[in-house]
Amino acid sequence: MSTVTAISTAQGQGGIGVIRISGEKSFEITDKIFKSASGKKIADIKGYTALFGYIYRNNEKIDEVVVLKYVAPRSFTGENVVEISCHGGMFITREVLKCVIDAGATLAQPGEFTKRAYLNGKMDLTEAESVMDIISAQSRDAVRSAMYVKEGALYKKSMEIKDLLLNKTAHLSAWADYPEEDIPEVTTESVKDAVEKSIKTLEKLLSTYDAGQVIKEGIDTVIAGRPNAGKSTLMNLLAGREKSIVTSVAGTTRDVVEDTVLVGNVLLKLSDTAGIRETDNEIEKIGVQKTMEKIHSCGLVIALFDNSEELTEEDIKLIDEIKDMPSIAVINKTDLENKINIEYIKDNIKHLVYISAKNEENIEELKKVIEKVAGTENFDPSGGIIANERQRNAIKNALDNLFEAKTALDMGLTLDAVTVSLQETIDYLLELTGERASEEIVDSVFHNFCVGK
Amino acid sequence: MSYLAGEYDVAVIGAGHAGIESALASARLGCKTIIFTINNDAVGNCPCNPSIGGTAKGHLVREIDALGGEMGRTADECFLQMRMLNRGKGPAVHSLRAQIDRRKYADTMKHKLELQENLVLRQAEIVDIKKNDEDLWELKSRMDAIFTTKAVIIATGTYLGGKIFVGDTSYESGPDGIFPAKFLGQSLKNLGLKLRRFKTGTPARVLRSSIDFTELEVQEGDEPPVPFSYDTESLGENKVVCHISWTNDKTKQIILDNIERSPLYGGKIEGVGPRYCPSIEDKIVRFSNKERHQLFIEPCGLDTEEMYLQGMSSSLPEEVQTAFYHSIKGLENVEIMRPAYAIEYDCIDPLQIDSTLEFRDFKGLYGAGQFNGSSGYEEAAAQGLIAGINAALKVQGKEPFILDRASSYIGTLIDDLVTKGCNDPYRMMTSRSEYRLILRQDNADVRLTPLGREIGLISDGRWERYLKKQELKKEEYKRIKSTVFAPTDELNNILVSRETSPVETGVRMIDLLKRPQINYECLTPVDVDRPDLDRNIFEQVEIEIKYEGYINKQLEQVEKMRKLEKKKLPKDVDYTTVTGLRLEAQEKLNKVMPENIGQASRISGVSPADISVLLIWLSQKR
Repeated sequence: MSTVTAISTAQGQGGIGVIRISGEKSFEITDKIFKSASGKKIADIKGYTALFGYIYRNNEKIDEVVVLKYVAPRSFTGENVVEISCHGGMFITREVLKCVIDAGATLAQPGEFTKRAYLNGKMDLTEAESVMDIISAQSRDAVRSAMYVKEGALYKKSMEIKDLLLNKTAHLSAWADYPEEDIPEVTTESVKDAVEKSIKTLEKLLSTYDAGQVIKEGIDTVIAGRPNAGKSTLMNLLAGREKSIVTSVAGTTRDVVEDTVLVGNVLLKLSDTAGIRETDNEIEKIGVQKTMEKIHSCGLVIALFDNSEELTEEDIKLIDEIKDMPSIAVINKTDLENKINIEYIKDNIKHLVYISAKNEENIEELKKVIEKVAGTENFDPSGGIIANERQRNAIKNALDNLFEAKTALDMGLTLDAVTVSLQETIDYLLELTGERASEEIVDSVFHNFCVGK
Repeated sequence: MSYLAGEYDVAVIGAGHAGIESALASARLGCKTIIFTINNDAVGNCPCNPSIGGTAKGHLVREIDALGGEMGRTADECFLQMRMLNRGKGPAVHSLRAQIDRRKYADTMKHKLELQENLVLRQAEIVDIKKNDEDLWELKSRMDAIFTTKAVIIATGTYLGGKIFVGDTSYESGPDGIFPAKFLGQSLKNLGLKLRRFKTGTPARVLRSSIDFTELEVQEGDEPPVPFSYDTESLGENKVVCHISWTNDKTKQIILDNIERSPLYGGKIEGVGPRYCPSIEDKIVRFSNKERHQLFIEPCGLDTEEMYLQGMSSSLPEEVQTAFYHSIKGLENVEIMRPAYAIEYDCIDPLQIDSTLEFRDFKGLYGAGQFNGSSGYEEAAAQGLIAGINAALKVQGKEPFILDRASSYIGTLIDDLVTKGCNDPYRMMTSRSEYRLILRQDNADVRLTPLGREIGLISDGRWERYLKKQELKKEEYKRIKSTVFAPTDELNNILVSRETSPVETGVRMIDLLKRPQINYECLTPVDVDRPDLDRNIFEQVEIEIKYEGYINKQLEQVEKMRKLEKKKLPKDVDYTTVTGLRLEAQEKLNKVMPENIGQASRISGVSPADISVLLIWLSQKR
């Protein structure tokens, strides 16, 4: 089995972040990026002892860390395990994770550590079903994050590259599989061009991605509710400045408005959304649809209800949508008369806070609940981060294959060898969408080339 | 009144390319076998192109031969012209294709069936199939003859419910005027099989003397021609040439003016046609900005004046066909001898069968060829061979024979069919194999002959020759490792002329062969001690040296894949009861019923997390 790694602490701004590495090559990989103060190597020290030192990327010091060594089979997974404790906070934790991946570990699949623990006999047979459930739940979270990632620039750019390579590969395939049709010849130069262009774009993507974007991200949080429940006001309260257009005309927020705020020590990426209601207005319809998509792809929902009115059909629809997700019900407008059917909300949503956004009452209480849910609940510790990290991983693997293709081209090897690397590149880029390169190529051949008897 | 006509181990329904390989394999493995055909004169018929092989299909033929099948040998015996396609594009995509004498091919195959021990060729239309009280299959012919058998292979090609379309005319028929299998389809449905309609088509056959060849481009064969079979020592010379012509604006106009008379566009054909072999009207409509389309004029044999117009399949009315053929250069006065037509037929969704080609729900019942949703003679023969081998092994109570994706194109073809299914007739392509640098046509013997020998389809003589060849190959490796060339002017002139750097010190031959620009051929003047070996040995050695990095990488991937393939999944499981699987994965797994984790991981809609869940579930069951 390969050596895998992941961030294994819940995210937050302070405290400690732990990166766990499990598998045969755990010690070897750690020694590639870790220099202890004492000069000792992880591979050489006894199990269950720790070393203090630094994580390096090339010669750049990334963080001061403590590294703990577990020897198989006496570890959580039953394999050789290293735990790197670094400074908490998303940025640093993630930088360290990246170093570990660059040193040869692969990113753990959802539930991978638990799976290995089970398969290595570290858990009781009766626990199998709960293990399966954990994997399943974590993969649902990952799918949700992946959906979110699809809206990002990283995803869009890498899909452009995929399309470029797919076209080239389909052309090569048509040219090889239908040698006697009058398919224009594929020149080595044109393949080289495509490969070089892809390498450049992907390298740039990775470097800009590394530089700053990551700091901005937090738990993807959606503020949802019926029009005019006070979503924009709450958003502005949490964000501390005017962002959404706040008026009392229902349906003012027609798109998704985003902001990143620090609530306690939890970073939230807040989205204010168009209110959910039945509508004939086309633009508003699109807004409502976007809201629903956003709700399904986010990590936390803050659902806002109007204390002064009875629950509407839309409210109930929203409650049904979010009841299995990490969510907080916020009852707004406590300054007005109480008419809301609170029991229905209580039955479905675990966390409940009363506020008056207008009078800024009880906002601190809400912040505490947010911290609690984001910190202690069975919350995917990485969410969007892991989805993004997965993407980075995929792009890195794609790049490796592109370099292989380039080497083959430079050496003057035949194009059939090059196509194998290209196909693998495409497979990596397609990883997040779950498609398979070979089918895509075959489809593209028949779609774009006139071939046949 | 029905009567008992005989008891057999294995019965094959249909004597096309799939049925032939099935019957020969089963009989050669010692099973008492009977093969049925609606017309004895239609055995081994090539109702479409008069050629065997081509890209990826040539790989299949080599693999069939390496396992002990018949197609390659017979193609060699009946060849008219041989071409190795894709020379210059790399060894993975080199593909051999033979133009063949169509009648001779059919007669040769029929004769081989007749001469085969343990095998009976019987002209009969099978109209009913069912299990009897003794758990044997009972086949009934139109003449009310009853045959009992332990295993049945269905290889009905385009005959099952066959229906021909030419313009407004349509009628129930098999290809080439032979009547279709009208009743078997209903019987299979009664049994519980799910059938669907596919369609395919073929161009016109025309009279050679009515073609004006003077201005057409000529396509010659390779000299010397290379055979398919590892049994064929030499082929002699190519016997024919082919010609190339092009459609033009006028052709396009005639077709567009009459497009509504095509049963495809008029909506009369319900069957799904292959995407890769569209009719000429399809090509013109779908690729309307393309100015011209190429066509090949290929002879159908040495004793016939019929010529095949490759690239011009159509289901337009005869008079429209005549008009557009006449618009093409060289065909201005062409006489049609058989019109082009489309044919629709019954086949199955291959998700109902497993990797041995046996129906999951009907033990002892196998499918092969177009019946399984594929297209092409070679795809059919490949499945026929595997179905025949497995039916025989089953009857003899032996372990099944399964080729995985990393072993062969045959394995890839079957794995694709049984795990992904197909929405249109499936054609083999090199791009379908992720392992194409190791699945080459030059090394089919290394990959498969030991397996063929184990099964019992490789003769002693062939096996000795194979072993000898491997021995010689080993020695040749030794030789090129120890051969050192001095940095002479002669050597450096060769190197410079191939645009690669000259050497200053002595250099090992193996290191020179690693250079992409250098091959055995160009080193001939300096390689004075080269032994006189089968050229396939040099070919294999050279490729293995040049592509070593890639080959090793693919071998690593193969190893990973095989680990997953070894984890078998139970055959009778309802995946909706496995907790933790996503709904989509449960549905897909229940539909495909993969045999192992490897197959499961290739099903679209089954995620890596689902695979983890399956692994745990498997370990829990243990």
